[in-house]
Amino acid sequence: MAAAAVPTTNGSATRRARWTYSDRILSRPGAYVDEEDGFVPGEAPITSVENARILVIGAGGLGCEILKNLALSGFKKIDVIDMDTIDVSNLNRQFLFREKDVGQPKATVAANFVMKRVPGCTITPYVGKIQDKDQDYYLQFNIVVCGLDSIEARRWINATLVDLVDMENPDSLKPLIDGGTEGFKGQSRVIFPTMTSCIECQLDMHAPRAAVPLCTLASIPRQPQHCIEWAHIIKWEEERKDVTLDTDDPEHITWLYKKALARAQEYNISGVTYSMTQGVVKNIIPAIASTNAIIAASCCNEAYKIATTCAPCIGMPGQNNYMLYTGDTSVYTYTFEHQKKDDCPVCGNLPKDLVVNPTSTLGDLVESFAERPESQLKKPNLRSEGKSLYYSSPASLMAQTKGNLVKPLNELLSDGEEIAVTDPAFSTVFKYRVHFS
Amino acid sequence: MLKIWSMKKEQQKSEVAAGSNKKKVTSAQLRVQKDLNELSLPDTISTHFPNPDDILNFVLTLTPDEGFYKGGVFTFTFAISVNFPHEPPKVTCNEKIYHPNIDLNGNVCLNILRQDWMPVLDLNAVIVGIQFLFLEPNAGDWLNKEAADDMKGDRERFYRNVRSAMAGGTVKGETFKRVLKAKPGEKA
Repeated sequence: MAAAAVPTTNGSATRRARWTYSDRILSRPGAYVDEEDGFVPGEAPITSVENARILVIGAGGLGCEILKNLALSGFKKIDVIDMDTIDVSNLNRQFLFREKDVGQPKATVAANFVMKRVPGCTITPYVGKIQDKDQDYYLQFNIVVCGLDSIEARRWINATLVDLVDMENPDSLKPLIDGGTEGFKGQSRVIFPTMTSCIECQLDMHAPRAAVPLCTLASIPRQPQHCIEWAHIIKWEEERKDVTLDTDDPEHITWLYKKALARAQEYNISGVTYSMTQGVVKNIIPAIASTNAIIAASCCNEAYKIATTCAPCIGMPGQNNYMLYTGDTSVYTYTFEHQKKDDCPVCGNLPKDLVVNPTSTLGDLVESFAERPESQLKKPNLRSEGKSLYYSSPASLMAQTKGNLVKPLNELLSDGEEIAVTDPAFSTVFKYRVHFS
Repeated sequence: MLKIWSMKKEQQKSEVAAGSNKKKVTSAQLRVQKDLNELSLPDTISTHFPNPDDILNFVLTLTPDEGFYKGGVFTFTFAISVNFPHEPPKVTCNEKIYHPNIDLNGNVCLNILRQDWMPVLDLNAVIVGIQFLFLEPNAGDWLNKEAADDMKGDRERFYRNVRSAMAGGTVKGETFKRVLKAKPGEKA
């Protein structure tokens, strides 16, 4: 209760005045950890937080919360990546932004705001895509925290961090903390790339985006959303093919709205509005500020525990690694262990076993890769150790290898041989061990 | 920081035992395959693989459609070692060429093929680099001094010398082979 008993570690009393209370956690023995777990109360964990280099991906709803929480937890070396600029509709929950910032890059504005409020904390913004950065860039960090709204970006950073792991270099293993929200629901999870279940292993945890078959849109719309999607996907392509649709351009949205409305009237469907058009076209999911706060808080607590070891984090091999939160039916949280998939195309170390009919053709195999849910390859290149099986790029190799497509597999491969499949859409290589049935 | 690495090492030990001794696609092959996947070649560049099963060795054909070397046909041998991308590919020009940055033996002077190579660079970067050398030879960083001096002194004269070398003429005592693309109706 009284502040008199605050233990101060040598020399850090004034320097860390702002963190007097959180430092108590770091300077006293933990209730659930001891020295065997690597927790030595005192200067060491404090230095760990101060020196940890932490990368925050996304400076939106979750990102603002994460940056604020990390800075207030005492992290001092933070980088943030975001490619977006601030929209007026962000201001209700992305509290690091003000009206005057509309149109400015999120990463820069967020970094400046937090640095102003938390002196001593350095936040380095990067305005652009995570894909702009190479492995050397990601190698600099100790922890990566994601507050993203895109599955594609999550899969990319996940595959990159898995690829980074190098048995020769202990620093190559970067804990990945991923937060996500959708309305009143959210999740936070901790991944130790190659050691525990990764985002690719957990891909089925993401609800697929409900897509209406094209034929429904084109022939028999039943809902106002169908009319909007029709205007968006079909009509625009027909009438304004030369113009790239900009979902932030009011003229473009108005055009789609009018087309959708006309079609809705034709089919006696009511309910098409301008804001619904915007919502459908931009795939807007209502964001709730407090859900973001809950998920970001959990992510940042895990980051703090990983950096300091002052308490057990989630995500250790064989333990719970996934916390889901549901707020739309009262309040419910559930933390569990999502199992690592041995055949995960990204983190499965061993090639995946693939049983094939030896007399079926290579063409059949390539086609099956295009259909497999985990790969869905568009422009694959395939080889075994000794043979270029089929290369869709470059053109000359395609000409030389396309003849293989009609050949039976037992003419090209031996039973048990490993093949490697790459595709421009994936940074990882898919490996399969082919078994003849 | 959390000591996760010791657990990783434990885990790794148990996995190695499960490995197989069947031949595996090498990491250089994987990386080259990936680079080939991502190659975007303009119409002026094509590849040829003498042995399609060996993707570490191939020939690149460049037919510039602008610049000093417009209308010429030049081929480059790419030899990629098993240490790729730790080491850069070895690239040589097969034709004798009058070029400030390519010597008469076909050695190519391109920063990313030597001192500035980094494993994050890919085959596309190398090919773009070579293409650039043909659009804008760099007389400041020469490998063929005579050609470089020629270019620095008088671009018009350098241009005429390049054309006559490409047509199979003799420039400064060196005789070149004709490398001009035969196009009916077009002046050589």
